[in-house]
Amino acid sequence: MIESDRPNPEEVLARVQETVRRESRGRLKIFFGASPGVGKTFAMLEAARRERRAGVDVVVGVVETHGRAETEVLLEGLEILPRRSVAHRGITLQEFDIDAALARRPGILLVDELAHTNAPGSRHAKRWQDVLELIDAGISVYTTLNVQHLDSLNDQVAQITGVVVRETIPDSVLDQADDVELIDLPVEELRRRLEGGKVYIPDQAQRAMESFFRPGNLTALRELALRRTADCVDAQVRNYRRDNAIQSTWPVTERLMVSIGPSPFSAKLIRAARRIADRLKAEWIVAYVETPGQAAANPEIRMRVSAALRLAEQLGAETVTLTGARVAESLLAYARNRNVSRIVLGKRAGPLWRRLLAGSVFDELVAQSGDIEIIAISGEPNPVPPPRFRSTSRTAVNWAELAGAVAVVALVTAVSLPLRSVLDPVNLVMFYLLGVVAVALRSGRASALLASALSVAAFDFFCVPPHLTFAVSDYEYLVTFAVMLTVAVVIASLTIRIRLQAAHAAEREGRTHSLYRLTRELGGESQWMEVAKTASAIAQEVFGTKVILFFPEQQGKVSFRCRTSEDLPLPTSEEGIAQWVFDHGKKAGKGMDTLSGATALYLPLKGAQTTLGVLAIVPSESARLESPDQMHLLEIFASQTALALERTQAALSAQEAQVRAEAEQMRSSLLSAVSHDLRTPLATITGAASSLRIQRDQLDDATQTELLESIELEADRLSRLVNNLLEMTRIRSGGVTVRREWHPVEELIGAALIRLERVLGARPVHVEIPDGLMVSGDDVLLEQVVWNILENASKYTPPGSPAWIHARASGDLGDHGGVEIEIRDSGPGFAPGEEQQIWERFYRGKQASTAEASRGAGLGLAICRAIASAHGGRIEAATHPQGGAVIRLYLPNPEPPPQIPHAERA
Amino acid sequence: MPNALEILVIEDDSQIRRFLRAALAAEQFRCHEAVNAAEGIAQAQARQPDLILLDLGLPDRDGLEVIRSIRQSSQVPILVLSARGQEKDKIEALDAGADDFVSKPFAVGELLARIRAALRRSATIRDGAEGATFRAGMIAVDLAARVVRVGDAEVHLTPIEFRLLEALVRHAGKVITQRQLLVEVWGPQHSEQAQYLRVYMTQLRRKLETDPARPRHLRTEPGVGYRFVID
Repeated sequence: MIESDRPNPEEVLARVQETVRRESRGRLKIFFGASPGVGKTFAMLEAARRERRAGVDVVVGVVETHGRAETEVLLEGLEILPRRSVAHRGITLQEFDIDAALARRPGILLVDELAHTNAPGSRHAKRWQDVLELIDAGISVYTTLNVQHLDSLNDQVAQITGVVVRETIPDSVLDQADDVELIDLPVEELRRRLEGGKVYIPDQAQRAMESFFRPGNLTALRELALRRTADCVDAQVRNYRRDNAIQSTWPVTERLMVSIGPSPFSAKLIRAARRIADRLKAEWIVAYVETPGQAAANPEIRMRVSAALRLAEQLGAETVTLTGARVAESLLAYARNRNVSRIVLGKRAGPLWRRLLAGSVFDELVAQSGDIEIIAISGEPNPVPPPRFRSTSRTAVNWAELAGAVAVVALVTAVSLPLRSVLDPVNLVMFYLLGVVAVALRSGRASALLASALSVAAFDFFCVPPHLTFAVSDYEYLVTFAVMLTVAVVIASLTIRIRLQAAHAAEREGRTHSLYRLTRELGGESQWMEVAKTASAIAQEVFGTKVILFFPEQQGKVSFRCRTSEDLPLPTSEEGIAQWVFDHGKKAGKGMDTLSGATALYLPLKGAQTTLGVLAIVPSESARLESPDQMHLLEIFASQTALALERTQAALSAQEAQVRAEAEQMRSSLLSAVSHDLRTPLATITGAASSLRIQRDQLDDATQTELLESIELEADRLSRLVNNLLEMTRIRSGGVTVRREWHPVEELIGAALIRLERVLGARPVHVEIPDGLMVSGDDVLLEQVVWNILENASKYTPPGSPAWIHARASGDLGDHGGVEIEIRDSGPGFAPGEEQQIWERFYRGKQASTAEASRGAGLGLAICRAIASAHGGRIEAATHPQGGAVIRLYLPNPEPPPQIPHAERA
Repeated sequence: MPNALEILVIEDDSQIRRFLRAALAAEQFRCHEAVNAAEGIAQAQARQPDLILLDLGLPDRDGLEVIRSIRQSSQVPILVLSARGQEKDKIEALDAGADDFVSKPFAVGELLARIRAALRRSATIRDGAEGATFRAGMIAVDLAARVVRVGDAEVHLTPIEFRLLEALVRHAGKVITQRQLLVEVWGPQHSEQAQYLRVYMTQLRRKLETDPARPRHLRTEPGVGYRFVID
């Protein structure tokens, strides 16, 4: 079992990445205490002075001495950052200045009281967020914390001391700390310090504090602090063992799931679960099951649930929202899927009738859980009635609906009255039930219940003998009434539930549809700004409010100038917020903990590798962004957009890379062409000319003539090469314009043949051109094509070998026909597969039988192809069955050829 | 050599001047040199040369301006030196009044042939020696009698074909732009119908040339115009 000794490679990689991340980050050291007055600040300052003596750059960000002399002495000689003044409701508050700290970049920064709440208008709502940003920026921080401020212990502390602490920090902050130093003081000593006035207590909290500092409380708090510190040490040991591949002594497969509801009890449940999970070293999931009726009905429930889920996330849980009609079923299905070993839920007694009728979630879970353990946490009696009823009764009284219910019952009664004599009263019940269904289909619960009750009453009054009285002759009717009422109520609630379910489904469908649309439409875009504009337009439609995307202009500076919309509904002063969001990859702005004073909510567009921009959304009445669903949707929007943007960027850089590679290849080919093909003739010219000048007397006439001839020939070659290079450059840079005119084919070929007279030498060229054949094109360029092909042929054929030029009108080239020119030589033809390659720039034929052939730059045929395609035509190569290369040039006519007056054709 | 013909070379490149000087001296021409447009125009007026060789790419001014300036006072033959691929420049120069062009790089033989043709034409015009029978290879043209022969056989030409040949003969040895030909043969209002001109040129070749696909005399200068080559 060697393998089990080795850590999983992916885990190792993740840990290495974590280490790298940690190395670039600052270190966090927390001086942790059980209560105020144990000397945390004092210990922190002492540690800071030690570091400073060791040469570390220590700066005080914020330290509260509360006027205590012994602490103030320790501050002497330390650099203290100036505080930032914040005006809030007429009072000027002195706050820690995070920007000053980031600009100063000390080695260690002292930031007292980690749980402090910042003044409104600060960048972050809480000081611990400031500290995390500092750490991320690579600044090490020393800070202080009391145990009662920890989120997971908050309720226990409240239970022990009776004091509810409002300033809390997520446990994850403590878990992230590199060092936790417990500052412990025996209770008696602390009491003495307190009595000696050495513990700072704000005046207004005097009385609360007195009960807080009771010896019993202090002992309990001290135990909590010790235990929590022990947990931290334990975690360190665990990490050490893991890092050193020491076989784990506990099963790591334990997974806990907490089921929460909309009740305020959920927070306590979550904290309790966190403690259990910690003890079990288990991963934990907090699940909320949204039942259709409940979810759609009440925004208050949603708010409460989302608050609970946020708390859970802060405590380190994974959160999930499930949907299903039956809570227990959905929970168990998800739990099985995720291999959950225990489910934690609150034990809360619902109304008896409800449990009997529908069964409680708890009973159902226990019955169906199988091998999953169920842990029930007992809840305190709820101080408030279940929210659902309270809120419906308070907010949803709709008088029009109630009147409608009355009207429906009246209508049913009016229909029933004439039928009274014909139908059995029991059948008339059916009409009333129909009425209840009609009401439930359109109105709320209250109206449906009213309709149910009224129906029973009206039935009794009008339809049950004796008529027009509530008195009943036959007591059997009492059974009818009871069943009728029950059936009416059940039908009403089921109908309402189905309706809400449908509405909810429609809402979900709408969300899915908008996401589908986003992905589909973004998929079709390839330009960065097009993607951005499409995304912001769709987001604007879906969320019903202004959405703008911002992008960095240069060096990662987000600019309000680079945006998707013409108008800017935001103050430009918020550019800094967008920049912060871009830099940190975290959302901020209106409704968030960070920079909540902003006009808009800013989300980073985070791609797989980098943050690409910032999405700003201006919340309005219609855009309910506070609901977790909407927020979730918005986040998906942002990430989809970011991915689409990243895709266009990737495509662009791939394209650029290809262009670069091509240019590079072109450059190197050109270099080799220039270095070899230009130098060779130059060498001949220089050599021959200098030889003629220096050795003229020793050379006989014949040799002198020979040298002179070679100078002339080489100069000719050089001239052709330079021409081709220039021509190619002109074509490549798009500098060629085709001046189309009608030309006799004979004239073009004639001009080329005359110009080639010397090159072709003794090679007979057989020309066959129909009388009066005209071609549309640029005569200079087309003559060049014929010239290049023939010149090329001369390089690959021995002197004296014949060539053929054959031109004809062709009907297959477009609407107006065209011209086909075939040039065939009697050389070796092409090697198999070469017919395509010869058109590439810098390609040289493999069949070069003569040294001559290897001396071109391989540009001629590439130029031909470029010219042919500039004329809308094409050029092809083949080997003739009887040997020899065949090049065919196809040139379509853009219009019918001109008719030449017959009278003049003598 | 008191009677030697004088040629003014306006060219900024000293090596080309050097080689032209040598080549022209070998042919008994007297050679004057100017290195820029201003100097060229001044010498053209002062020396009244028999022919001017003009480089179009001068450092101080456009070669076209030099042509126009000289043409204001003189009909001296002007030969333009220009690079291949600059057909537009050539046409502009010819339309501005230049007589012919030689594409760089050129061989001495080609240059001397052009110079001789230009000098001969200017002599013909000056001496009023028109009307005699014109001969080029097998072709003989009697402009006055309107008779054209190839070898011993008389060739029948249509009126337009004859006017075309007449124009070419009158400018023999020298390039003539399509526009100039159109104006001369069809009149100024037909200067844009170049395809007719081309068709008549091929017909003329078929009647006069031994191998019309490799014309000896009625040559095409692609992108520029035509040239009647005498030998």
